Amino acid sequence: MDKEVNKEYKSGSLSKGGFRGLTKRIIPCLDIKDGRTVKGTNFVNLRDAGDAVELGALYAQQGADELVFLDITATIEKRKTLSKLVNRIAHHINIPFTVGGGISSVDDVSVLLQNGADKISINTSAFKNPQLISDLASEFGSQCVVLAIDARQEEDGEWYVYLNGGRTKTNKICFDWAKHGVMLGAGEILLTSMNHDGTKQGFAIDLTKQLAENLPVPVIASGGGGTMQHFVDVFENGKADAALAASIFHFKEIAIPELKTFLKAKNINVRL
Amino acid sequence: MNTTLDVGFKKLETEKEDKVAIIDYNLGNLFSVYHACASLGYNPKITNQKADVIDADYLILPGVGAFGDAMDTLKRLDLVAPIKEYIATGKPFLGVCLGLQLLFTESEEFGNHKGLNIVEGVVHKFPSIDKMGNILKVPQIEWNQIFLTDKTKWEKSPLNCCKNGDFMYFVHSYYVLPSNKSVVLSTTTYGLEYCSSIISNNIFACQFHPEKSGQHGIEIYKSFFGQNVHAL
Repeated sequence: MDKEVNKEYKSGSLSKGGFRGLTKRIIPCLDIKDGRTVKGTNFVNLRDAGDAVELGALYAQQGADELVFLDITATIEKRKTLSKLVNRIAHHINIPFTVGGGISSVDDVSVLLQNGADKISINTSAFKNPQLISDLASEFGSQCVVLAIDARQEEDGEWYVYLNGGRTKTNKICFDWAKHGVMLGAGEILLTSMNHDGTKQGFAIDLTKQLAENLPVPVIASGGGGTMQHFVDVFENGKADAALAASIFHFKEIAIPELKTFLKAKNINVRL
Repeated sequence: MNTTLDVGFKKLETEKEDKVAIIDYNLGNLFSVYHACASLGYNPKITNQKADVIDADYLILPGVGAFGDAMDTLKRLDLVAPIKEYIATGKPFLGVCLGLQLLFTESEEFGNHKGLNIVEGVVHKFPSIDKMGNILKVPQIEWNQIFLTDKTKWEKSPLNCCKNGDFMYFVHSYYVLPSNKSVVLSTTTYGLEYCSSIISNNIFACQFHPEKSGQHGIEIYKSFFGQNVHAL
């Protein structure tokens, strides 16, 4: 690089608009049932939050760094609907997006990626068949395999993995499963605390920190974001690489530009 | 193979006649590249046919994946010579991500592989720790900033619509190291400072994904198409 530029770097004039370093991502999540965005509290009591594609496009325009679409009613008959929806989303969105729900094979993923998804998220199917993680990673690369984990802290203080949208408890400890998943090739962990989800009382800081500090892949914290300060906390104390939220965005309690400006003012590196 | 993408675009009023070819070699983000072009009124052809490559007014080489596999596929499809032939005509060429790396002499990805050798230089893997001794997560999957190296060059390039320091979306484990520093159009820092886009005559290629970088990214495509084919 030429000297002129080096001088500019040193004087800091090139860093205008943000310092050089990793940016924290804000990710709106759209839980989808029959093409509509829905949101519940602690995984139940679903409310309608609008058309999924319209909302997604709005968030992209407002500066969301990524989008996650989770088909929460995905069944075999509906999988075709999901790929059509993904195709429609891809026409309106020019930022990266992840799709999840009912994905259980390399073929499922292939269809979704061909229709425009950038990453796919797997949960129950990966737990039941961990080989799926390695198969997807070797076929499409780790960068498009997101391992989603729903965890609940029980009275013994441990965080256990839950399956089937939070309906089925397992005896697996969350951290152990996350670590195993990364070893198999998961490129990112989407961590949802069921205790916090829908409560708007803040993210699960300790659990997020444990995963983020000990795993060599990005950790997306999910569940509990209710105020802008909660996001500051999960980035600063929870060491999350990204934070995901749904209802606060859908019901316009917090706007993305406002949140990002707030984070920036708190010295958290975000894309503005 | 003719990729059947269900793109179902509504025809735009300002439909463009120029022939845009997107090279299909079974790797990568064809859909989003297609979508970016279509949103600007073009009707790009996703193709692996030599004639389409040579006849194009604008040629795009996309790609996400392994360097060696990509080169093997380009050779198997007999596309190496047509790509070189196209570039020699002086018509605008855009390389994205792996499409940037493939232009180089060689890559150290999983053993050494020879590239197209259109731009002299090598492709290296990101170190697993940075200069400060911190673990570097590889691949880099994130929004990161691009910084100009030369203002005049920048203003004449398809990045002329961007501000110095704009954020772009990156997904990669390897970076390019051109022998001739004058081709470096922008730099980005991830563990180290590296070349995130190049410009060399009619070749513009970037490590980031403009088609996934929001409105700024679409503007880059617009600027790329703004180059006058016939004036070259």
